[in-house]
Amino acid sequence: MADINTWTIAEARDKLRAKEITSEELTLSCIAAIDAADALGAFVHKTPDEALDQAKSADLLLKQGDAHSLCGIPLGVKDLFACEGVPTQAASKILDGFKPGYESTVTQNLKNAGAVTLGKLNMDEFAMGSSNETSVYGNVINPWKISDKLLTPGGSSGGSASAVAADLCLAAIGTDTGGSIRQPAAFTGIVGVKPTYGRCSRWGIVAFASSLDQAGPMCKSVRDTAIMLEPMCGFDKKDSTSSDNAVPNFEAMLTGDIKGKKIGIPREYRLEGMSPQIESLWQDGAEMLRGAGAEVVDISLPHTKYALPAYYVIAPAEASSNLARYDGVRFGRRATLSAGESITEMYERSRSEGFGMEVQRRVMIGTYVLSAGFYDAYYNRARKVRSLIKQDFENVFSTGVDAILTPTTPSAAFELGKMESADPVEMYLNDVFTVTVNLAGLPGISIPAGLSSEGLPLGLQLIGRPWEEGDLMNIAYSLESTTGFVDKPEKWW
Amino acid sequence: MSIDRATAARVAKLARIKVDENSLDSLANEFNQILGFIEQLNEVDVEGVEPMTSVSPQKLKRRVDQVSDGDQQDKVLSNAPDAREGFFAVPKVVE
Repeated sequence: MADINTWTIAEARDKLRAKEITSEELTLSCIAAIDAADALGAFVHKTPDEALDQAKSADLLLKQGDAHSLCGIPLGVKDLFACEGVPTQAASKILDGFKPGYESTVTQNLKNAGAVTLGKLNMDEFAMGSSNETSVYGNVINPWKISDKLLTPGGSSGGSASAVAADLCLAAIGTDTGGSIRQPAAFTGIVGVKPTYGRCSRWGIVAFASSLDQAGPMCKSVRDTAIMLEPMCGFDKKDSTSSDNAVPNFEAMLTGDIKGKKIGIPREYRLEGMSPQIESLWQDGAEMLRGAGAEVVDISLPHTKYALPAYYVIAPAEASSNLARYDGVRFGRRATLSAGESITEMYERSRSEGFGMEVQRRVMIGTYVLSAGFYDAYYNRARKVRSLIKQDFENVFSTGVDAILTPTTPSAAFELGKMESADPVEMYLNDVFTVTVNLAGLPGISIPAGLSSEGLPLGLQLIGRPWEEGDLMNIAYSLESTTGFVDKPEKWW
Repeated sequence: MSIDRATAARVAKLARIKVDENSLDSLANEFNQILGFIEQLNEVDVEGVEPMTSVSPQKLKRRVDQVSDGDQQDKVLSNAPDAREGFFAVPKVVE
């Protein structure tokens, strides 16, 4: 069967259960697609042998019947997830050669459901970036392009986004600290979900900013995200912030019926100088939801403007603390020392040689805002503003709003290298619509909703109430069926 | 608040990241751009607002304080850049 790697999880599941194909065939098809796509820079550690072993076991389970929906489905894994015995280096030189002796809870959960893992996916170093240009493995290329210009797939889960959009795997896992699932999903025309903080265990995920990080699925359809998210969730005793809230059958909640749902349109997201294309995409989205029977209301989230500056205090502060562990002693790369160099020199040189520029910048900013004399002025103030941002959402939800509709990004994918000369803050603006969701710990989803005048995908974001991913995905499912987005990048790689 | 060369050098030292003398000016400049952006937070009235400690209202789970894992010396040391005789090895710390 040709092109079975282009299937959605739902399609593949049905064919696997109907015994029309095997997981082994599906996996081989993805492996062939991966090997032909090195130009995209998405897969950085391939594990075809492991994948085929998993596929064979999945086929046995499928033969017995009663297999999980993900059984036999080939997935890609962001390099941030520890996979036992497989290189895991968060796209950083400092973790060169690191092979964990343990498995992250999320990947273990997926494997327990019978999923097949094809290998590790490229990303921005330590998940810090919005263009996938800070990776030690090199850039990831967006399968979508304009004439001969190479575009960013977004970041930090750029490899995951690129791999799914190019059909190298049926779906992938990413992580989202400020928009790192949703922004690349929007740039590549796929669906990405950031669950409520605490839904998925963070154990075995290389930590960036622990109060913001969440894992989530990146897929070809809303239904696929519902199928994939369910086994990823649940309480894990290895992560005390993971929740034991019941995990519903998300897929069963996709009825498409959103009559009477109240959708908020936040006026503060209408930025000055916003591209008219984004503006009209947003309006069209609101119209479609209204057409499906939802009530669309204007809402206000007054502290929106301060989300990005608060994030750029809190995330670097947590990162500076989390990344203190990379000292060249217990794991990762140590600088080559000359005779007489002290342990302090070992730390300093290992870290300056091992961390890329953006990571160094953020670790140092974090160090500064946490340092004596500035802790109150920066870090504590940012945490107070974070409380206010969360309160904004609580106020809106208390008026009966079920979900909030916004654009995912202020623009379509931009050209690789375009931001090179820009100051760091300009790159940070990519996350302006997504970062509030992490600060408030809410679930968010990005779905492809249309094409720009240049023919690039554009995304809309829905933000839900805490723990209401099912309801959120159902609203997204309704919007997805109305937009009817089916475009795919033309294969050039 | 403006960061000068000396402050940039002090922050680099605190973060245990070696920064070249020649790069200190551009580093200070980048810090100032980022901090300039962050300083918008001063416009917000935060009087009486509690700093957020946990984004979800749930209580952290408690467990009995007992060893649940261990005896994995080889696994623990397997990724060390320099491990000898069951220990992590580092340059001499005490003269």
